[in-house]
Amino acid sequence: MPNATLASNLASHLVKSASVTRTEIPGTTLLKWFYDMALIREFEVRCMQAYQDKKIGGFCHVYIGQEAVAVGCVAALEHRDPIVTAYRDHGHALARGMHPKHCMAEMFGRIGGCAKGKGGSMHMFDKANNLYGGHGIVGAQCPLGAGLAFATKYEDEVIKGGKSDRVTMCFLGDGALNQGALHEAKNLAGLLDLPVIFVVENNGYSMGTAIERGTTMAHKIITKAMGYGMEGIEVDGMDVLNVYASMKDLCDRVRATSRPAFVDMRTYRYKGHSMSDPRKYRGREEEEQYEAEDPIGKLQKFIKDRKVATAAEIETIVDRVKVDVRDAVAWADASPAPGLEELYHDVYVEKWGPYTGTSLPEMLRESGVRSQE
Amino acid sequence: MSEEMRRDARIYLLGEEVAQYNGAYKVSRGMLDEFGPRRVIDMPISESGFAGMAIGSAMMGLRPIVEFMSWSFSLVAADPILNNAPKMLYMSGGQFGCPIVFRGNDGAGGQLGSTHSWCVEGLYSNVPGLKIAIPSNPYDAKGLMKTAIRDDDPVFFLESERLLSIKGEVPEEEYTIPFGKAAIRREGTDCTIVSWGRPVHFAMEAAETLAKEGISCEVIDGRTIRPMDWTTIFASVRKTNACVVVDQSWSFASPGSEVAAQVSEHCFDDLDHPVLRVHSDDVPAPYAQNLEQEMLPNPRKIIAAVKKVTYRA
Ligand SMILES: Cc1ncc(C[n+]2csc(CCOP(=O)(O)OP(=O)(O)O)c2C)c(N)n1
Ligand SMILES: [Mg+2]
Repeated sequence: MPNATLASNLASHLVKSASVTRTEIPGTTLLKWFYDMALIREFEVRCMQAYQDKKIGGFCHVYIGQEAVAVGCVAALEHRDPIVTAYRDHGHALARGMHPKHCMAEMFGRIGGCAKGKGGSMHMFDKANNLYGGHGIVGAQCPLGAGLAFATKYEDEVIKGGKSDRVTMCFLGDGALNQGALHEAKNLAGLLDLPVIFVVENNGYSMGTAIERGTTMAHKIITKAMGYGMEGIEVDGMDVLNVYASMKDLCDRVRATSRPAFVDMRTYRYKGHSMSDPRKYRGREEEEQYEAEDPIGKLQKFIKDRKVATAAEIETIVDRVKVDVRDAVAWADASPAPGLEELYHDVYVEKWGPYTGTSLPEMLRESGVRSQE
Repeated sequence: MSEEMRRDARIYLLGEEVAQYNGAYKVSRGMLDEFGPRRVIDMPISESGFAGMAIGSAMMGLRPIVEFMSWSFSLVAADPILNNAPKMLYMSGGQFGCPIVFRGNDGAGGQLGSTHSWCVEGLYSNVPGLKIAIPSNPYDAKGLMKTAIRDDDPVFFLESERLLSIKGEVPEEEYTIPFGKAAIRREGTDCTIVSWGRPVHFAMEAAETLAKEGISCEVIDGRTIRPMDWTTIFASVRKTNACVVVDQSWSFASPGSEVAAQVSEHCFDDLDHPVLRVHSDDVPAPYAQNLEQEMLPNPRKIIAAVKKVTYRA
C-alpha cells in the first residue's frame, strides 16, 4: 500500500530556508557535514554486519536515510544546547561528536563503550557533548526534554539572574506522536515557556504501522503544536542544507523568545525498523523514490556543483570515513567485556550494601566532566 | 486465542502490530485474516490509552485481550492496569467486574537493556484483584490462556519471548488448565525447587545435573503466581525437607520472597535448612551479554543453592 503522507513529503510547500541562504554556508562546513553524514551511514552499515556476526545483540535500529536530520539539526545548535532522543540514536551521538569507537564499543557491550556496555544500542549518553540519552521507551524522552529546558532556563534565569540562553532539542519518532507523554510535555512546555524544540523525525512508519494508520491528522501533524500554543513548522529532512537553514532560524527564535516549538521533519528510514524487519508493509517503489532523494548524494552533488571540492577530494573523505569506522570497529573489538564487578557499580551514587558507588566511563575521564561521586 | 474467539464474539484482540504485522513476535499470525479488523485491531503506541479503553469496554461486558508488545511497555499504562482493572469490582461494590486479559513478552535475556527487560511479576504480584499466569511450555500456554480468557477477573498473562521457539505437544482438542494448580515437573526426595515461567527450564537443567551427583530434586512449576498452589508446594516440602525458590524477578518483595515466607511459616518444622532463593541480581538489567547472563538465574546458581540447603556443599 503506498504511503499517502510520504508521497507529499517531497512537495515544495515544505519550509525552505528563510534568512540563511545556501550560498552563505562555508565550504569547510559543507565538507564537515558530508563527513559526518557519511560517517553515520558507514557506521550503521558496519553495525548491521556486526549484528549478523553476533557481535551486537538486542535490538539494533539504524539511522540510514535520516542522516541529514541529526547533522543539520545539531549544526543549528550551539554545543552547550542539550539534546535528547529516542532509541534510534547512533546518528545523534555521532553528529554530536561522540567518537565512533566509544559508540561502537557500546554496541559491542564492551567496557570502552559510552556507558561501559551497560546501555547498548538504544541508550547512548554523552555528558561531554550534552547528549542526554537515547531512550528505549517510545515517548519517554519528551517530558525529559521539557525538563532539560526547564533546567537551562532555571539556571540561566533563577540561579544566574540573566536571560534564558539555551535551547533544548528533543527528537522523537512519528510513533511517539501517539504517546500521552508527548502531549503532557507539550502542554508543560507551552505553559512554562520552556525553550525546547520537539523535532518529530517523521519517517512515515512506526515499525510496520504507516503514520496514517496510527495518528489522526497525519497529513498535517503541526496541528498538534497549535493546540499547545506553540509554533510548528514542516521541514524537508532529506536535504541537510534545508534542515540547517530552517532549524537555525527556529533555534534563533526559540532562544530569543523562550517559547517551545514543534517540527514535522519529513524523512525516511531506508532499512527495516530493526534488524528483524522484512519491510513487507511497504513497496520497493516507495523505497526507491526516497533512495533517489538520498541526502548524502544530494549534498555531494551540491559540493561538486559549487566547486567546494573535486570528485577526487570527495573520494578522499569517503576513504577517510571507511578507515575511521574500520578503526572504530577494531578498537571496540579489542575493548574487553565489562568485568562482573560492573553489575553492582553505577546502581547508586552512594556506596552501601553490595553497591560500589559510581565512576565515569573511560570516554569522559579526560574530558573534564565531573563524576557524580 | 483463536479457538476462544470462535466461541465467543465478545472476545477481541488489540495491541501494537497485532493485525497487519501478525504480532511483533508473530503470536497473532493469521488472526486478522480469520477475524477481520473489527476483532483484531492494530493500536498506535498509546499503551495507557488502549489499555484503559479496553478496560472500559470490559465494564460493558466485552472480553478484550490486550497485547503489550512487551510487558516492559505496560509501565506506561500502569494506572489503568493497576488502578482500574483490579479494583473495579471492589470499588463498585460488586457491580462492575473486569473480564480482561493483558498479555505479552516478559523477562530479560535478550540483551535489550534495562528499560526493555522487566520481569513484571515482581511488581504486579503485589496487587490484589488481579491474577497472574506464567506458562513455561506450549501445552500450558494453551490451557492457561483459555482459562484466562474465560476468567471473569483481570488476568496478567506473562509470556517469554525466549520460550517462543520451544516446541511441545499441544493437543488440537479443547482443554483448560485451572489457575492455582501447580505441575510437578520432576519428582524427587531431597529438595523441592519451586519456580514458574522460563526459569523452570533452568531448574530442570539443575535437577538433571544434581541427579548425577545423587541429589534428587522435585521441581514444581507454579504455572500461576496469583493464585499460588500452596497445597502442592507445602506437601512437597514436607516430603523433601528442603526448599529453593527460583524467580527471575528481583529478590526484594517478590513472589520468590512470598514463597519463602509462606514455606517458612507453614513448614517450619519440616525444614532442615532455611529456604534459599535464586533471583536476578538486585541491579538494573545490563546490556552487555556477559553481565546479563551473570545477572539472571541460571543452573549454576540453582545447583549451589540446592547443595547448600541439602548440606552437600
Ligand atoms: C512504550 C513503548 N511501546 C512500544 C515500544 C516498541 N517499539 C519500539 S520502536 C517502535 C516504533 C516507533 O516508531 P517511531 O516513533 O516512528 O520511530 P522510528 O522507529 O520510526 O524511528 C515501537 C512500537 C516501545 N519501545 N515503547
Ligand atoms: Mg517513525
